[in-house]
Amino acid sequence: MEFAELIKTPRVDGVVLHRPFMPIVEGTLCLTGHHLILSSRQDNTEELWLLHSNIDSIEKRFVGSLGSIIVKCKDLRVIQLDIPGMEECLNIASSIETLSTLDSVSLMYPFFYRPMFEVIEDGWNSFLPQDAFKDLESMTDEWRLSEVNKDFTVCPSYPPLVAVPKDVDDDTLRKVATFRHGGRFPVLSYYHKKNGMVMMRAGQPLTGTNGRRCKEDEKLINATLRPGKRGYIIDTRTISVAQQAKARGGGFESEANYPQWRRIHKAIERSNVLQESLIKLVEACNDQSHNMDRWLSKLEASSWQTNVKEILTTACLAAQCIDREGASVLVHGTEGADSTLQVTSLAQIILDPACRTIKGFQGLVEREWLQAGHPFQQRCAQSAYSNTKPRQEAPVFLLFLDCVWQILRQFPCSFEFSESFLVLLFEHAYASQFGTFLGNSAAERAKLSLPEKTVSLWSWVNRPQELERLTNPLYEANSLVIWPSVAPQSLLLWEGVFLRWNRSSKCLDEAYEEMVHIIEYNKELQNKVNTLRRQLAQLETEDPLLHTP
Amino acid sequence: MEHIRLPKVENVRLLDRVSPRRRRVGTLYLTATHSIFVENESGMRNETWVLHSLVCNVEKQAASASGCPLLIHCKNFQVLQFVISRERECHDVHLSLQRLSQPERYEELYCFSYKPNIDEEERRQEWDFLDLKADYSRMGLPNSLWKLSPVNQHYKVSDTYPADLFVPESATPPVIVGSSKFRSRGRFPALSYYSKENHAAICRSSQPLSGFSARCLEDEQMLEAILRSNPRSDFMYVVDTRPKLNAIANRAAGKGYENEDNYSNIKFQFIGIENIHVMRNSQQKMLEVCELRSPSISDFLEGLESSGWLKHIKAVLDAGIFIAKAVAEEGVSVLVHCSDGWDRTAQVCSVASVLLDPYYRSLKGFMVLIEKDWVSFGHKFSHRCNHLVGDPKEVSPVIDQFLECVWQLMEQFPCAFEFSERLLITIHSHIYSCQFGNFIGNNQRERIELGLRERTHSLWSYIWTNRADYINPLYRPNHSQTQGLLRPSTAPYCFKFWSGLYNRFDRGMHPRQSVEDYLRAIQEETQQLEEQLTSHKEKITQIEQEQEWNVTSKETTFDKSPTVWALGNDLGLANTPQDYTGGFITSSPCQPKADSSLILLPKDLNQTSDSNFSNSSDQESGIADVSCRSPLSEDSTRDADSDEAAYSAA
Repeated sequence: MEFAELIKTPRVDGVVLHRPFMPIVEGTLCLTGHHLILSSRQDNTEELWLLHSNIDSIEKRFVGSLGSIIVKCKDLRVIQLDIPGMEECLNIASSIETLSTLDSVSLMYPFFYRPMFEVIEDGWNSFLPQDAFKDLESMTDEWRLSEVNKDFTVCPSYPPLVAVPKDVDDDTLRKVATFRHGGRFPVLSYYHKKNGMVMMRAGQPLTGTNGRRCKEDEKLINATLRPGKRGYIIDTRTISVAQQAKARGGGFESEANYPQWRRIHKAIERSNVLQESLIKLVEACNDQSHNMDRWLSKLEASSWQTNVKEILTTACLAAQCIDREGASVLVHGTEGADSTLQVTSLAQIILDPACRTIKGFQGLVEREWLQAGHPFQQRCAQSAYSNTKPRQEAPVFLLFLDCVWQILRQFPCSFEFSESFLVLLFEHAYASQFGTFLGNSAAERAKLSLPEKTVSLWSWVNRPQELERLTNPLYEANSLVIWPSVAPQSLLLWEGVFLRWNRSSKCLDEAYEEMVHIIEYNKELQNKVNTLRRQLAQLETEDPLLHTP
Repeated sequence: MEHIRLPKVENVRLLDRVSPRRRRVGTLYLTATHSIFVENESGMRNETWVLHSLVCNVEKQAASASGCPLLIHCKNFQVLQFVISRERECHDVHLSLQRLSQPERYEELYCFSYKPNIDEEERRQEWDFLDLKADYSRMGLPNSLWKLSPVNQHYKVSDTYPADLFVPESATPPVIVGSSKFRSRGRFPALSYYSKENHAAICRSSQPLSGFSARCLEDEQMLEAILRSNPRSDFMYVVDTRPKLNAIANRAAGKGYENEDNYSNIKFQFIGIENIHVMRNSQQKMLEVCELRSPSISDFLEGLESSGWLKHIKAVLDAGIFIAKAVAEEGVSVLVHCSDGWDRTAQVCSVASVLLDPYYRSLKGFMVLIEKDWVSFGHKFSHRCNHLVGDPKEVSPVIDQFLECVWQLMEQFPCAFEFSERLLITIHSHIYSCQFGNFIGNNQRERIELGLRERTHSLWSYIWTNRADYINPLYRPNHSQTQGLLRPSTAPYCFKFWSGLYNRFDRGMHPRQSVEDYLRAIQEETQQLEEQLTSHKEKITQIEQEQEWNVTSKETTFDKSPTVWALGNDLGLANTPQDYTGGFITSSPCQPKADSSLILLPKDLNQTSDSNFSNSSDQESGIADVSCRSPLSEDSTRDADSDEAAYSAA
């Protein structure tokens, strides 16, 4: 297919662009296969380059022959293009609609994008499972790296290499896989160095209505417990949801069959509910009525903050079991690729200082989201403005980022990265020139040859100039476990994402710059003082009188 | 002391409000000024001090097998729950505290017994620290348009107004007196703020006694005089801060509002801020929400909405913005009033001043502003803050709302204020504590009669002495945010819940690392580095010039990172979880050794049934324990030697 066929009108002059907090620009609108470009051809105005894949929905309005297209983006920005000429406007609108909803992954921009920067370190090789396993090996010899899934047949959503208990062989894993949703047998998610406790994740057990058992599953899970120790199974669903799952062949571990494990049910919502929540929240933020009661009631009705609280609480619980109770933990929901990952990744942020560095956080996203088979492509196909009925879409990853932001806000000095890194990941998960978030699993990514054909987001991020932009100036490594508060008073709306286009952030940005300035000036003075001190010491030793006794 | 029925009760339990399973056992002492709870834990001297004047109510709850609970609500939003084993003792403590927290006479107030170690000469100087006349001269007054009027000397025209007032140059004493007779409580229009740049002014008064048709020539002349004092403007605004219905209702009582037809060139405007009763109920509801035990997000947001609190805060801020814009952007003078002109009028005038003038966003300017628009113009602090036992219908959190408006502005303009949230909280606390003389009484006349300047200490000088604690590290006088008019957004989502004040004592809810403290420590270090830099430079020049032997001074090295200073205590907090479990986890055999003392999981909670895996997350954690042990966290240490004074009074 040629993009040219889809672009009926590639160019229109005299288009007026309205953007939040920016002056109105008049210029030429161009459509390419992947971008909507508006340029005034003047040096001092910023051009608009918008990826079609960032467009969530469009609306058309006509006043006489002047048409307007309101473009609603997945990053929640809303822009307006005034286009002279009814036909041009209709052509542009229909092209945008088609180009922004192309189904074929291989037509996406990352396959066409050529980096304009020098790749210092290829991000596709930055976080290989075997490297992560080396770190684990230095701490314990109780785990091994299994290749049972090397051709993705045992579990299509797992990576080729997974860490499992040393004493459990691949045949057992194959059997366990048949007893777990999507073949997602329990694998190691995190090893807590401090006390040797572990966190594992899996899909739900397929017990069904008649309470099917799997000896191998019981054996595998018990193999992760130290002698005489108990463990906790955190089921991210409520007990009633988990009960209902039995009717569809799913279920949960009965305490009779897993006597050393205590099961805890939490109430993290399923993806379709989360998508609804996002839509309502964004609608509330865009409400123009300026009525306080209406705002608070819409915010409440969106349940977004409730979801944040529930996810964070569950993650804290998992971390508490591991760190405070000295118990191992198994986390699962239904598929084990959504709420499960929210919990396991957030628990690591709480427990493991390494995950709070820039590189460590990338590694976490790579391990616990990309390799672990969170279906990014399905989940991030549409955002809050989509008119189409959501199918698989859900802001699961965005909620995770929101929770990280909440912890960051409560521990502003304990993270090496700043809020802008989280915002960046949100944007790139939904639309990007990089291949990192394409596909739904390691298998799909391998099939698409992403490492060969696209550039990794990490290749771009891990360059000095980008890292500097994303670094938190307040960071001081904090080796402790950080326990966030989950009280409603402690959980705020993430303004940096949800109000980003609604209110000017000028004053807050200035405050941030001021903070950077205070810290940099301090560093500069330290350097100066140190230089002078050395100079002084030198002068003093050079002074002959100083050597006289 | 006559009111103390029982000076000491042993074996008292202090419960953690949010998670009652955590408790501390100790001895409760009642002194003339404070209740003091001393924990019996060996080795650690852990005390909780509560000033009687901060207690707003004491509630004895039904006794149970474990004892008799006593719930104490404080005006600074602290809530304490004691359990006293014997009912009789609880009864005595209850009656004592009830009496001690409700003084009947001014003389009983803490400020008259508060005697820090300051000599009389210094004490007298405290009161000279702020001078309102200096503020008027800063505005450029008196000048050819405005004059200082002696008309209210000895409080003859209005007994609730200050003695010194600025009025238009052309307003003669007969006009002023005539106008005052046409205004509630004689509160005639007087100057609150004057803009040197464009001559626009903010004036304030009480409502006119217009009824359905009454007129007063002098009052009309008075308004015309105000209009003429702004030569470049051909009209002025009259802003009635009440909802229109309330104002209309007042007409039946012979009060009301200005008729545009009777006054030349006024534009009349209602701004619907609700009355003190609505505000009192609203805050009460909001505080109930803050006190909920492990509320869900829905409980919290619904409660916040139905309290209406943020809506009222927005109304006050909106009114302030209207006036500030009229003055700064239109160059038009404004007369503001409500009913008596001491509640909503004070809020709106002071908010407008903060928006208009960077001076009022400085530490000293902010104190001046409160002294001017609130203290001198007769906001009835003692009635509104319930300093003495009195009519509960007079109580209202009007000043709280002003402080919150300023806090909301600080959230939007982090670099615009010289002071930080801590100043607002300290001022709030002392408005209610009665430790200083500043807010005692209801107007200037009463304060003079009480001899407060002669007998008590001034908060403003205390704050100034300790100003390093209150400085906002992000403030720079030459920053663009610092200049000119502030233009805040009043979209609903720009208003936040102020947990720093209303959940002030629930420390676990607040960020565990403070950016403000971190930056403050950095700045302190920077200052020392600057000094070192100068001294090093001098030394080098000296050596180079003289080439003589020099004594090397011992260097201070900065190997200690500032975080360690700033967050030494907070990192301890960082290391304790809340109870995310809803209490199902039993204590396990292998608790970590080093810091396990921080988490207290009672053994008697062996619940195992699935149904108990609730999703609630109450606030239990070791947090409160840790914070009490840290020497900096107890607020009483911050509050001007209160310990010492109470000891001497006891």
